[in-house]
Amino acid sequence: MSELPGDLLYTNDHEWLRREDDGSVTIGITEHAATSLGDLVYVELPEVGQEVVEGGEMAVVESVKAASDVYAPVPGSVAAVNEELADDPEKINADPYVDGWIVRMNVDGMDESALMTPDAYQQLLDELDD
Amino acid sequence: MPFIPHTEKDTREMLAAIGADSIEDLFDEIPAALRIDHLHGVPEALSEMEISRLMRERAHMDGSPLCFIGAGAYEHHIPTAVWDIATRGEFYSAYTPYQAEASQGTLQTIYEYQTMITELTGLDVSNASLYDGASGLAEAALMAVRANRKVKTGLVLFAPGVNPVYEHVAEAIAGSQGLKFEWLPVDTATGNVAFDKLPEGQEPVAVVMQQPTFPGTLEDVDRLTDWAHEQGAFAIGIANPMSLALLKAPGHWGEQGVDIACGEGQPLGVPLSSGGPYFGYMTCKQKHVRQMPGRIVGRTTDLDGNPGFALTLQAREQHIRRSKATSNICTNQGLMVTAATIYMSLLGFEGIARVAQTSHAKTTRLVDGLCAIDGIERLYEGPYFHEVALKLDRPVAPVLEALAARNILGGYDLTADAGCDAVLVCATETKTDADIDACVAAYAEAMG
Repeated sequence: MSELPGDLLYTNDHEWLRREDDGSVTIGITEHAATSLGDLVYVELPEVGQEVVEGGEMAVVESVKAASDVYAPVPGSVAAVNEELADDPEKINADPYVDGWIVRMNVDGMDESALMTPDAYQQLLDELDD
Repeated sequence: MPFIPHTEKDTREMLAAIGADSIEDLFDEIPAALRIDHLHGVPEALSEMEISRLMRERAHMDGSPLCFIGAGAYEHHIPTAVWDIATRGEFYSAYTPYQAEASQGTLQTIYEYQTMITELTGLDVSNASLYDGASGLAEAALMAVRANRKVKTGLVLFAPGVNPVYEHVAEAIAGSQGLKFEWLPVDTATGNVAFDKLPEGQEPVAVVMQQPTFPGTLEDVDRLTDWAHEQGAFAIGIANPMSLALLKAPGHWGEQGVDIACGEGQPLGVPLSSGGPYFGYMTCKQKHVRQMPGRIVGRTTDLDGNPGFALTLQAREQHIRRSKATSNICTNQGLMVTAATIYMSLLGFEGIARVAQTSHAKTTRLVDGLCAIDGIERLYEGPYFHEVALKLDRPVAPVLEALAARNILGGYDLTADAGCDAVLVCATETKTDADIDACVAAYAEAMG
């Protein structure tokens, strides 16, 4: 598996977050998550403007044999969704950290201490490998 | 697959492992007031000889009356080959196999069924069937709530022509899941929806309409489908599949067609059989397929490039999606669907159209005969398929009882639904002209 991008924050649920310049947060699933699910065939996206609570279900990623919820790692409202995933969900497999982003959120305050640094997430992955 | 019950030893070991004294202990959580210790009207176990005798006696009580009742289930001729083939060992199971892909024959049968039912309904995709027409409608309403995400009201509007029993079942299944069901206003002259009184601004999530309607009329489903879409609602169409050989398919109603079609599959090769088992069909537009409940069989190619069949879109289903599954229905009515598939393939589209045409012609003979009797007239004017509501000048029940005494089931008593003395009659291709004339003569005598 390729190296984790150093400019992102991570969660226990194998999601990543990127702080954008305008204060919004982009969210996707990590390469580990995408690989575990297998080739994705469908992504169910939320509606723009939808309010989400921390830990609430936000999207569903579906492969041939599994479906998994994507949880909101921080509270806020949906600012944008990656419409291209509707026709091309495999973008998440091909490029989970850039083209495969899922949701952009306007956040109501974000507790970074609850999130993982790349090093901490790498450690989690290493433990899973053991 | 054999059914192997637990031995007493198995049961003792399992109870010991979890630290329970008896199986009864496992039900301690359920308050005594909610538990029943016996079933009313169900006798103690009988021997095989006793039960055979009981069933023979009960079957004899049914007799073999001339049946002119429709009201949602219809007597059609079922070629002997249908159930001869359906009851072959290879098909004779109500279950989709657990190792589904190992049973290519079963999957292909379901796939062929899906193809036929999508052609009849004019929509893109079909599931492998549901329990029956009424529960199919409940599932369609729940599906509309999932797929029509912009609408949050949970309000489902019913055209007045929807079978009232379907509404009760939908209410029972989905009423506790945040859905509200309301009836649209009826035009009492036509029995159909009153277009000039349709409510605006209610933001319904779905509008349900039935063609032909429960009292047998033909609704302006094009206009009603368009109205549903103007309100931002899904259009759900209920149709008797047999009628679709003559009438416009739900997928072509209005500008865009309905979003979901569902209904009772029984007319396609399933006997009346005291009310079941039947099967419900459901089809929808491709774009809603992920919100459709139930199993779907797809055609694919294997590693060697040979065609084959597989369960598809399984991630919607309960064994993967658990509590978030589109539905907890996963056992389709496999055996009924097998019979329907054989029935449809034996008759072909032309054969089904001839059954439909003949049923219409027989009903016309029946209605013309009955309406020539003093005191009987049509409740609603206008075209019909094979079922017509008639208004009587006296209470219906005694008339039907007089006919029953002559071994004729003269129709469905519509008095409670119509709010006047009315009966719903139906004649299918199974009735000869002599049968119909006998029914008319019996009415004439009872009304005399």
